[in-house]
Amino acid sequence: MEALCGVDLQAPVGTVLGLLGPNGAGKTTAVRILTTLLQPDAGEARVAGLDVRRDAAALRTQIGLAGQYAAVDENLTGAENLEMVGRLYHLPKGEPRTRATELLERFGLQEAADRLVRTYSGGMRRRLDLAAALVAHPPVLFLDEPTTGLDPRSRLDLWETIEGRVAAGTTVLLTTQYLDEADRLADRIAVIDRGRVIADGSSDELKAQVGGERLDVTLEPGADAEAAIAALETIASERPGMADGALRVPVRQRRGAIAEAVRRLDHAGVGIEDVAMHRPTLDDVFLTLTGRAAERTDDEGDGEEER
Amino acid sequence: MSGLRNSIADTLVLAKRSLLRIPRAPDLLLSFTVQPIMFVLLFVYVFGGAISTPGYDYVDFLIPGIIIQTMSFGGFVTALGLSEDLKKGLVDRFRSLPMSRAAVLAGRTLADVATNMISLVVMIVVGLIAGFSFDAPLLHIVAGIGLALLFGYAFSWVFAFVGLSSSSPESSQAIGFILIFPLTFVSSAFVPVDSMPAALQTFAEANPFTVTVDAMRALFLGAPAGNSIWGAVLWSIGIAAVFGVLSVARYKRAISR
Repeated sequence: MEALCGVDLQAPVGTVLGLLGPNGAGKTTAVRILTTLLQPDAGEARVAGLDVRRDAAALRTQIGLAGQYAAVDENLTGAENLEMVGRLYHLPKGEPRTRATELLERFGLQEAADRLVRTYSGGMRRRLDLAAALVAHPPVLFLDEPTTGLDPRSRLDLWETIEGRVAAGTTVLLTTQYLDEADRLADRIAVIDRGRVIADGSSDELKAQVGGERLDVTLEPGADAEAAIAALETIASERPGMADGALRVPVRQRRGAIAEAVRRLDHAGVGIEDVAMHRPTLDDVFLTLTGRAAERTDDEGDGEEER
Repeated sequence: MSGLRNSIADTLVLAKRSLLRIPRAPDLLLSFTVQPIMFVLLFVYVFGGAISTPGYDYVDFLIPGIIIQTMSFGGFVTALGLSEDLKKGLVDRFRSLPMSRAAVLAGRTLADVATNMISLVVMIVVGLIAGFSFDAPLLHIVAGIGLALLFGYAFSWVFAFVGLSSSSPESSQAIGFILIFPLTFVSSAFVPVDSMPAALQTFAEANPFTVTVDAMRALFLGAPAGNSIWGAVLWSIGIAAVFGVLSVARYKRAISR
């Protein structure tokens, strides 16, 4: 069974490479190979210049891993968790405690530092998990679906933290099922399907392929579709068309697009029932690239898990 | 950077982690304290009267045996803990760190020695109250305690292997008990071996539990030792070595569930 095949990727220092794909696509397998948790059967991979097979021990001093399922000890406090990780990285004496205090503060967990992790919320656990990955200032960070299952607020917090690390020069490999997450964080995005890279490029390049964001305008019965198209043509990136009873208007600029569209349609005297912004999802990407919907089943047995 | 020094340091960090759990999840503490007490009382006062142990009061006969049984089960915390670490992804975290590969297992099994000491003290105290008395020089008694802890340590490695091989914390516990329970009962721990049918006797005499319990009786009660003391030490070292190697191999390939 091949979980990964023909994956050829690079992430320059200080950038974020996003691996985008549905469950079972092989994202986690890729992360497990790059973090030396799994031996590849064939092929070559280097992290921070170190070979995943030959230099595994040295490689582990250069990486931090934060997983899908916050891997922290529930029966330790937040501070104890980070200190333990610092000791296991063999930081100099005294350093593990200092780093723990520093990180707890930076992640807004100082209040909860001496509480057992089992009393933490999901978002707090994720932050602690990410903090644990940062204990030794690793130059390369692996984030395996860091925000899956988080509420929007915690998600945003985590994104900001990751952006901060990247600004400080960390190289990040991020896996995600969410296009908006890859869009926001990644410099380059590789779309993975069934263990293969099916598209690879910047967010803009990918969107150019997939068709970016669009307005779906539902007109009142009997409204003049041609007049509506004429009114919206100037804000559209390509000619609007009718589909499923709604007018689809691809937009260049999301900001202000709804207000502008409503103003123009009102001015042209076209009655509307509904205007909605449609942002492309992973499904749109897959539909465009493969002609089928993203598979969310896990039948490839490649180590990705659903829980 | 000394590899060995780091391995020892890593092991101690992880042993401390395992021990911190005990006061925080005190339900586990019951199994180290109340359970041994129940077993001692049950055997002394319920079964004891019906079991004939020529040459010994039953309580004297029982205590070395029940100590060995309790020591062998002490390692279930290792199976439980490793299984949980796998389930929660902590094993992934540890394996991605530049730390000793054996430390996660060595730390757990070392922590078991500490919890086994608690059980041992509890059982000796309860035994003394129920009428047990040592009949050996202090040095022998200390050696017996050492042997009991060594035997427990060996079985912690058995449990480590079970914990890494089973599909959930619950099943790891069940498998461990199913493996070890028959061994403890078909041995000289609770009844004299010569009271068993011939086939079971053959099994019981070769059983490491019998060898070790006989050694304990020699050290605690001055019973004739024969080769049992060295036999017991060799069994413990052999079990620890075999399951140590198996467990580390298993850990290296372990995939978090």
